[in-house]
Amino acid sequence: MIAAPLTDDLRTLYQEVILDHGKHPRNLRIVEHHTCKAQGNNPMCGDRVTVTARVSPDGVLEDVAFEGKGCAISIASASMMSEALAGQKVAVAHQLFTAVHDLCVGKIDADQAKATVAADLGDSIDKLASLSGVRQFPVRVKCATLPWHALISCLDGKPQTTTEK
Amino acid sequence: MNKKLVKTAAYDVTKVRADFPILAREVHGKPLVYLDSAASAQKPRQVIEAISRAYSHEYANVHRGAYYLSETATTAYEAAREKVRRFINAARLKEVVFTKGATEAINLVAATWGRSFIKAGDEIVLTAVEHHSNIVPWQLLRDATGCVLRIAPVAVNGSIDIQEFAKVIGPKTKLVAVAHVSNVLGTVLPVREIAELAHAAGAKLLLDGCQGIVHEYVDVQDLGCDFYVFSGHKLYGPTGIGILWAREALLEAMPPYQGGGDMIDSVTFAKTTWAPPPAKFEAGTPPIVQAIGLGAAIDYLNTLDRAAVAAHESALLRYAMTSLAQVPGVRLIGTAPGKAAVQSFVMEGAHPHDLATVLDRSGVCVRAGHHCAQPLMEILGVNATTRASFALYNTMGEVDALIAALRKAQEVLL
Repeated sequence: MIAAPLTDDLRTLYQEVILDHGKHPRNLRIVEHHTCKAQGNNPMCGDRVTVTARVSPDGVLEDVAFEGKGCAISIASASMMSEALAGQKVAVAHQLFTAVHDLCVGKIDADQAKATVAADLGDSIDKLASLSGVRQFPVRVKCATLPWHALISCLDGKPQTTTEK
Repeated sequence: MNKKLVKTAAYDVTKVRADFPILAREVHGKPLVYLDSAASAQKPRQVIEAISRAYSHEYANVHRGAYYLSETATTAYEAAREKVRRFINAARLKEVVFTKGATEAINLVAATWGRSFIKAGDEIVLTAVEHHSNIVPWQLLRDATGCVLRIAPVAVNGSIDIQEFAKVIGPKTKLVAVAHVSNVLGTVLPVREIAELAHAAGAKLLLDGCQGIVHEYVDVQDLGCDFYVFSGHKLYGPTGIGILWAREALLEAMPPYQGGGDMIDSVTFAKTTWAPPPAKFEAGTPPIVQAIGLGAAIDYLNTLDRAAVAAHESALLRYAMTSLAQVPGVRLIGTAPGKAAVQSFVMEGAHPHDLATVLDRSGVCVRAGHHCAQPLMEILGVNATTRASFALYNTMGEVDALIAALRKAQEVLL
């Protein structure tokens, strides 16, 4: 059997930045003295991710980290999320969640996402936009958004969430 | 493979494939390579046509037979029951109950026989390889009755050791409920030995035959079980139909599962009496055409040399195991001797979901995930596996396509 050339949408889905974060996740740990913690489950595949964060009294995410097992997409998403949010206000976390969600379902592109957030988040959006390759793979959207759902639950003080909401 | 299925030489897989219209289609511009039959099998033209014919020419509600069409539909529905009876060699037609699937069949047993005969402190023995559908109904029963679930262990290669199994059975065991064949590992459980152990302890044996009915020759009298359940859609039939077979005395002793039409003898507001089995367990309008479709699937299987089918599947499995083992970083999960044509594996550095996504773009359909067996995944120390399962229509060339797609996936993911 002759190997056919790889399709472009696979290359888009598994681009370098995703594979890098998937194989070498940043902030794969538990936040010391975390103020909140939540577990996200994807019952379809059994993937689990636990997000911990330390929020200062004035609402700044001082540290965000995660633990769990999952596919390249969910791990890369969690890793990039933890980097993007360190030092940001809780309100920004909600903005980025919406931006990532809309990017992944194909509702907006990176430029439109940038318009929804502060100017200094442009670089983060560029990175997070690499997740939008999932838009060609509907069943994988939940992989990309799972850590974000866990993060929002964490910030909302809910210990558990699921992609099947 | 089963001893009764003696190997024969000739098996024309090309001819068999021609019976399955979907196999001619392409996915993402590639020929479909369907390796997920353990989740649900594709349907032969004979089944599709039987369903179409039933709706086009013979459809009416059953058991209301004051007119010709209803009588025709009833005859076809009951003929399907007889086909199932013969297929599993049940002693009596009334022992064959139509359900909407294997899950419902197990829930039926748990809710009726279980609620009637299982008490606090009684023990139900399962194995570590069970599908969620043979775990959760018993947990619900445990929560309702206070009974205890005990779990027989699985060996590293996926075997169930009968000596280890025996240690879990005791005087309090009232039911042993195990898979005939594991949907994750392909292990064929030593069900006759398990039946002896169960009966020696005075317990009943339920076999989850979803995979077993596909890959093994099933004779419920010979197996020595008390309940045997399976679904139609894994046996090349439609979804929405399953079978509960149970010994007549058990069905007689069990209360009804659901109340409604068709399951009664007479109804007054003061007292209702039940119809005898199987009607007692078939409340409401049953899945009529689905039953007819299952009957057609059995007819289809009966046209094939089942020993040749078994030999073909066995050869596919051997070739797949050898080929997979040669892919760098691949580890086979489930290598029990005599196993059925279901092969799980993991690949170093690649999550099963990522693998399945890349394979799909090559037209190769595999299952990735926990296979509704999360407790087993935990025991195996993996979060998920990739599973290729083989059916009577698969070819050696499709094994090659799987391997080629896996190597391509390594290019993308590693």
